[in-house]
Amino acid sequence: MSNISHSPESAGGNLTARALREGIFAGIVALGLFVLFVGLETTQNIRNELVLNQRWGLLAIFVAVAAVGRFLTVAYIRPWMDARKAAAKAPVEADESFFKRNFSKIAIVALLIYPPLMVMLFGVQGSLKWVDNFGIQILIYVMLAWGLNIVVGLAGLLDLGYVAFYAVGAYSYALLSQYFGLSFWVLLPLAGILAAFWGMILGFPVLRLKGDYLAIVTLAFGEIIRLVLINWTEVTRGTFGVSGIPKASVFGIWSFDVGAPNNFAKVFELPMSSAYYKIFLFYLILALALLTAYVTIRLRRMPIGRAWEALREDEIACRSLGINTVTTKLTAFSIGAMFGGFAGSFFAVRQGFVSPESFVFLESAIILAIVVLGGMGSLVGIAVAAVVMVGGTELLREMTFLKAIFGPDFTPELYRMLIFGLAMVIVMVWKPRGFVGSREPTAFLKERKAVSGSFTKEGHG
Amino acid sequence: MVSETMTTNTMTADPILKVEHLSMRFGGLMAINDFSFEAQRGEITALIGPNGAGKTTVFNCVTGFYKPTMGMITMRQKGGKEFLLERLNDFEITRDAKVARTFQNIRLFSGLTVLENLLVAQHNTLMKASGYTVLGLLGLPGYKKAAAESIEVARHWLEKADLIERADDPAGDLPYGAQRRLEIARAMCTGPEVLCLDEPAAGLNPRESLALNELLRSIRKESGTSILLIEHDMSVVMEISDHVVVLEYGQKISDGTPDHVKNDPKVIAAYLGVEDDEVEEVIEEIEEIEGTVGGTH
Repeated sequence: MSNISHSPESAGGNLTARALREGIFAGIVALGLFVLFVGLETTQNIRNELVLNQRWGLLAIFVAVAAVGRFLTVAYIRPWMDARKAAAKAPVEADESFFKRNFSKIAIVALLIYPPLMVMLFGVQGSLKWVDNFGIQILIYVMLAWGLNIVVGLAGLLDLGYVAFYAVGAYSYALLSQYFGLSFWVLLPLAGILAAFWGMILGFPVLRLKGDYLAIVTLAFGEIIRLVLINWTEVTRGTFGVSGIPKASVFGIWSFDVGAPNNFAKVFELPMSSAYYKIFLFYLILALALLTAYVTIRLRRMPIGRAWEALREDEIACRSLGINTVTTKLTAFSIGAMFGGFAGSFFAVRQGFVSPESFVFLESAIILAIVVLGGMGSLVGIAVAAVVMVGGTELLREMTFLKAIFGPDFTPELYRMLIFGLAMVIVMVWKPRGFVGSREPTAFLKERKAVSGSFTKEGHG
Repeated sequence: MVSETMTTNTMTADPILKVEHLSMRFGGLMAINDFSFEAQRGEITALIGPNGAGKTTVFNCVTGFYKPTMGMITMRQKGGKEFLLERLNDFEITRDAKVARTFQNIRLFSGLTVLENLLVAQHNTLMKASGYTVLGLLGLPGYKKAAAESIEVARHWLEKADLIERADDPAGDLPYGAQRRLEIARAMCTGPEVLCLDEPAAGLNPRESLALNELLRSIRKESGTSILLIEHDMSVVMEISDHVVVLEYGQKISDGTPDHVKNDPKVIAAYLGVEDDEVEEVIEEIEEIEGTVGGTH
């Protein structure tokens, strides 16, 4: 059945014929298997009589899936996988296409023109969904995952409570703007600093812990922050959350408050719409995310970044080289937390409302999943993973056409998480090191060669 | 202060590392018992002994990975500055006291390239140059210059260790012998005055052992670094060391030049054991030397 694997090109036509044969064979087997299971259905009618329903259409779908699937597997997927395997043995960077080499530049340009493009395609109001639900939502997770990447991907410290810093950032903005009336641009850095401070607070007790123990303590820390937010009702208003959080302005020049005289739409004599604010927020989170990426890239080439990666590889060796692992870990925790704080204050300004509900463990898990799925340490991989995970789940909400296949009772929202989980399992089986498993060296003598993921360690503390 | 059993005549009055009355207890086990020795500046001192004698424990005490139960370890730098190593943290011993080490089971950063391994070793110099990251992040030229210099230092040691061709490969991809050399090169990149090598020749073939001898000799000659060495491979020990200390059951049984140690009956007994009928004889001999009852069994 599978001895075609080693000579895919010598048997081009042969292969198709063989695939066709195997496809038909699989179809027949499927027909034999399913004819009684699927083709016929027994039910009882209202008079308790046994009724035999014939479901030939459904049976045809089953058989077709089996036959076409087998055909595609033999004719295309398997030769492709073999070619990939052969290519993997060859040097990694043999011939990278223009697209691959300039992927990040192309991606940044695409993101910059994304909101105007959406406005052009769907109109000012229609663009809201695309800019807000997809654009901003994904970029928040990209930023969070890039922030967590510093802790987990670079320093190798498994942090299951990252959402705590997100919460600290969000509540810093929400509460300080409510109680002291400070503006977003003052509170953004302040939220980052406060989150970094809490990162240090978390860092101290967990310095001695490694692996699973570290993960559990960070998880507990995340829950503590959430429980404090719920129970400290005088300040945080508990589960009711903080609402009416003021909007951000374009550096104080243009405001997005409806009544303000310098309202953005009024100044430019545009029709009133919340879309402008969302587009502004889109560029804001884009800038914040790019700042995170820039700082991460710069830090990796600095001694501290190299020390993080060395710490992930071998902590004892680090100490033997005179590296103070305590401060190294603390800086990783606090810088990672700082970006979480930035993202948190952005989240508060975008929602206009924060409550402890937004900072449950699931959020930490999703952010961590994005980092792992993307390939620990790789910014591009993580961005792609965020698009797939967050964009994918958002997209599944839109899959109304699935109703045409599975009947009008089918609600894709319900299967969202199921499909999502399945997709994750498949990706992790297919690429255990994440989308981008290799690591870019931070310095080189002659040529920059990517380090294969089989050499890098995940870290254990 | 100076240990009384010193018998070497090559001694000068400039010990770089002085270990006095070192004891290390793990629960009920006395791994090292009142052990004293000195390593002279610019010499290669070898610490040998049968398996389980406590050699690596001595190393771990010297490099701060263990805190000794008792004893004093003094490191005297070129400038005369003294450090009491038993009071320092492990990373401070490398950073401030300038004592670097390698490990019995190689501990490289396997996912980093060979060059990066050497750059990580220059962490503290680079950290200062980058103004503890802040100035470097702003892209000031001072850090760029320091970074370029650090690459030159790395290049120097890569050439020494014959690894220059593999500079951009992941360290985990190197063959075993090259990994050993890389670990030594990495330790040298911290700019140590004493280099502690824990079985650097373990697992090397004879040709690689010779290359290692050359590397260690040139390290001593060119950078003036003193070397403290644990080794089982006698072709390495006898060939390159100036001074050998023999340890058995946590106690020093011999101390002197390689020739002296080679002919010491206690060392021979410890390594080879003795015939049953010779036991009496050996014990007598030992008693003669030591004046205590029942040295070895």
